[in-house]
Formats: sequence, C-alpha cells, structure tokens
Amino acid sequence: MNREHQNTECTNKELLDKDQFKHEIEEICRIYPMRRSALMPALHLAQQQYGYLSVQAMHEVANILELPPVQVYEVASFYSLYHTRPIGTCHLQLCTNVSCMLANAEMLMGVIKQTLAIEQEQTTHDGRFTLSAVECLGACDKAPVLQINNEPYIEHLTELQLRKLLAQLIEQTSPPAEWHQPETDKVIKVRNV
Amino acid sequence: MFEPVLLKNATLGNAWLLDVYQANGGYDAWRQVLRSYKPSDVIGQVKASNLRGRGGAGFPTGLKWSFIPVDSPSKRYLCCNADEGEPGTFKDKFLMEQDPHQLLEGMAIAAYAVGAHKAYIYLRYEFSLALERLLQAIDSAKSNGLLGNNILGSGFELEIYIHRNAGAYICGEETALLQSLEGYRGEPRLKPPFPAIKGYCASPTVVNNVETLACIPSIITKGAEWFAAIGPEKSPGPKLYCLSGQIKKPGLYELPMGIPLRELVEHYGGGCQDGRQLKAVIPGGVSAPMLPADQIDIAMDFDNLAAAGSMLGSAGVIVMDDTASIVEVVKRTMEFFSHESCGKCSPCREGTLWAVKILRRFADGTATYDDLAQLHTLCTDIAGNSFCALADGAIMALSAGLKHFESEFTERINEPNPHATLKLGGDSEHD
Repeated sequence: MNREHQNTECTNKELLDKDQFKHEIEEICRIYPMRRSALMPALHLAQQQYGYLSVQAMHEVANILELPPVQVYEVASFYSLYHTRPIGTCHLQLCTNVSCMLANAEMLMGVIKQTLAIEQEQTTHDGRFTLSAVECLGACDKAPVLQINNEPYIEHLTELQLRKLLAQLIEQTSPPAEWHQPETDKVIKVRNV
Repeated sequence: MFEPVLLKNATLGNAWLLDVYQANGGYDAWRQVLRSYKPSDVIGQVKASNLRGRGGAGFPTGLKWSFIPVDSPSKRYLCCNADEGEPGTFKDKFLMEQDPHQLLEGMAIAAYAVGAHKAYIYLRYEFSLALERLLQAIDSAKSNGLLGNNILGSGFELEIYIHRNAGAYICGEETALLQSLEGYRGEPRLKPPFPAIKGYCASPTVVNNVETLACIPSIITKGAEWFAAIGPEKSPGPKLYCLSGQIKKPGLYELPMGIPLRELVEHYGGGCQDGRQLKAVIPGGVSAPMLPADQIDIAMDFDNLAAAGSMLGSAGVIVMDDTASIVEVVKRTMEFFSHESCGKCSPCREGTLWAVKILRRFADGTATYDDLAQLHTLCTDIAGNSFCALADGAIMALSAGLKHFESEFTERINEPNPHATLKLGGDSEHD
C-alpha cells in the first residue's frame, strides 16, 4: 500500500471531483479488514475537501461507505476536530490546560478575544478567524502553546509575539471561499455547547 | 552512570532517517528476532525483562502478549496507542518525531511475537510532524525490506498503517481506541472480554503505548537481564519523565525508573524560580493525585506512587510553586475531564459537569459551605461507578486537592462559616 492510502490529507492538495473522492475513500478502505473503519479517515478527507462537514458532505461519505447517515453524524459529532459548522480560515487553538495555564495562557486568551472581538468557540463575522481553547497539545515543556489550523505549534508564546502575530494574520487572512456573512448581531458558534 | 536508551538516537538530530538509525544499531534486534527467535522466545524475553506498560496502567507487557491465543483461527492485530493526550505528557510525540524507526522496530517485533500481520498506529491528529516522520519511516523501511511482504527473506509479513484520531482524549483508553478504529464513537467497552480475546474486529488484539514498544528493540539486543537490572525490581527499565509547570528547566528527561521525585524536580528540573517556594507536584499527568511539597521524597515507579495514594501514570510531572492556585488547577483539570467524558455513563457525564459548576463558584469566590460538602459527596458518588477510569482520574485530582489544600477552597467561600457558628453556641453575631 503506498503512502497516499495511509494518509490522504498530507498528499492530496487539490480538490477532488466526486469520482476521485469516492476512489480515494475506496483506497482507504483497503487498509482495513472492515469498511466501517474507513469512516474517520473519510471524514478527515471530506473536511479537507469541503472546509467543514456539511450534512451534504456527511451524506456523501455515508453513501460511499454504505452506512445510514445517522451513523456518520454520530461519529462526526463525537470528535472535537470534526467541524459540523463552517469555521474560519484561520483556526486559533490555544492550549489552556494546566501547564499552559500555569504559564499564563489565560492572559493570552484575553488578548486574542479582545483583538478579534470574539469569545472562545466563536468565529468572526467575516469568517476569517475561529478561536478555540483546546486541551493539552503535548508540548508542556514549551508552554504556552498555540496551534493554527494543523500547522506546527507556536511554542513559548509571549504576549508581544502574540500581538505581532495577530496583527500579521489580520493583514494576511482572507475569508473562506463561499463564506456567507451572517446578520451582524448573530454570534457564530463553532458548535452548540 | 545511566546511559540513555530510548533517547540515545534522539540527540543525533536526524535519527528519523533509516541510514542514520541503522548506522547506530537500528533494526539489529529485528534481524536477530527473524533469524533465531520463535514468537514464544520473544514473549519469554519480554516477560523476563519485567517491562510494564508505559501508557499509565503499568500492566506487564509480556503477560499481555501471552494472553493472545496461539491457536486462534482469526487474524490478530497490533495497535500502537499514540494518542498521547494526558495533560502534562509529551514523551510519545517526541519519540515519534525524533526516532520513528525505534517505534517501528518495536512494533515489528511485537507483531511477530503475537502473530499479527497488520498493525495500526492510532495517532493523535494534532501531531503533524510525527505523522510526516512516521510515514517517511514506514516508506523507507518497506523499500529496504524491513516491513511488507517476506521481510528479510523470512516469509513473515507485516503492514503498518496510521489511523488518525480526531480529538478525543478518551480514545487513549484501549477499548475506546478500538471502537474508534472500527469507525464508532470512542466509547469504552465493558471488559471482559479483553482486547487480547476480542479486540479490533472481534479478533485478538494487543494495544501498547509508544514508549512501551520503543523499549522492545533494546530488550532484544541487550537482554532481559540488563533491562530488569535498571531501577526497581518490580518495575524496571529506562523511563521518560516529562517535566513542566513552574520550574526552571522543563523538558523531557530519560532516567531509570524509580528516581526520587525530589531529585527529578530539584536536581534535573532545577527547582522553582528564584524567590518562589515549591507548593505541589502532580507526578503522572492530571489524572494522578497531586502531592504537596513535603511528600515528594518518593520513588517514581508504579508501586511506590500507588502506595503513596498517587500514581506514576504517564510520568507527566507538573510542578506548582507558591503562586499557583490549587482551586484554579483543580477547576481546570475538572473542566478537562468534563469536556472529555464520552457521555456513556451518567456518574461521569453529569458528575464531572456538576463538579465544574461548583468549582467555578470557588474560582469566582461565590461558593458556599454546601458547595464544599457537595464536592466531597461527588468524590464518593462518582468514583468506581463508570465503565472506564476517566471519572476516577477526575475524582482523584479533585480529592487530592481537597485533602492537601482544603484551606484554599474555604478561603474562597463567600458566607459565614456555619461550623464556627456552631462552636460558638449558635450565636451568629460572633461569626
């Protein structure tokens, strides 16, 4: 089995058409003795493809894997890194667990909230930024730690660095393609909690 | 003088390359096993080494492997638990990033021992560098005949695949991991049957932690007696300790199992920042009950820490100095467990949420004496009443905080002390 079948996300940079998408998932199925095992990697692929797991995207996965759609929803809603609602282009994930908390992560969280004018688990109206407080990222000796999307961590983050980083991101980040700006007074939550 | 075992290649800086790994003795153990070991010999060696699982539970690894039925007609599987997520822990990520072949070699030997031809690395999604290095390592091991079909001409076959989690701490629990690998919500299964009998796809399956598997090649090349002679007799071997929190030199340290916690914190970690006093230490990730500063003269191994009412867990050592608020630490820990509860068992799902709500009142300074009593009640009502150990971990963190630092909780109570009133004969004016 070649590298692509082990991890479609790393190698697959272009968007796939429906047939290619189905083909990719069929290839993923081959590494497992049961088709259902391919559900999680298929959802990762769908999320990469569509930006988030829309009902339509989940139905497409359900069709290919011959599963009732509800079984796909229940898996998608269980894991915190599957987004069943649109999220921002730039997803800021600040670790706030104990080691990062002891290294002042709460203050950094305040800086991000204030700069972007959103709360945790919310997205800015222009769809550019989503802010999450995340659980331990496994780099506690380099606390506090921030991850943007799935990029390498930003470690030993200081307030000054964070302010610079945010200014830079605000300048460079565009909204996701097909972002529909909601009514101005509406809070855009990542999920209902 | 202790020579690093698990991290011996990590300092080379490019040990993830097959050539570098092999130039430093890599895959010698795998060659040796294929040349002259029967599967039962490998299990015998690992049993004799007294290696105990490094994921947290400390179960003897050789014994776990020996539970796999040798005459089972169904396929067998090996899963590497690489879903490192216990707050305070960062050892497996480092091993996979810096020395992925050591893990693959350990997995190959383990798969051979239990007769598995497919193995999965259940990897935490956020670890993108580890993913990249592992994929590259699998590729190069395969193209050099060390994995795949007819490995080194032995006729043995093994494919190693990577399965990525999507953000769920509970999937580090081995039966939840298997549910997740099968494409379900990561909810733990009732044991028995144990994974060795009915694991992945209802087939015999071994689930081992990254660090556990990384110990295997050295046990083969240097011998079980060598391994068993490092550290305490009942839980020997080299051990990775993760030091973080309010300490001068946080980092990953490899030392013998059983090193005194005080030595780890003060000598290796350099102690607290100048002018600060040590308050408490969490010895094994947030599930492990914290120890106050005067109780850290204790050996870091499974048995000694258990006897002291804490646990070695993942050896994620979090240090707190006198500026840390125990209420805040306990609250944040409980928020973590509440968020990560899979929701299957109500004592855990509801109990951790209640505890969070109460602890937030302590943090806000709006708690009452009833809240304090309720916290104590929750400790006894939640513990031992769920399928898996997640809620027990949550409760251990809470009860240790209450046991050693109850005054920090009472300081946050915003009402007159009813007990003080009682002592004064019910005269509330004197309160």
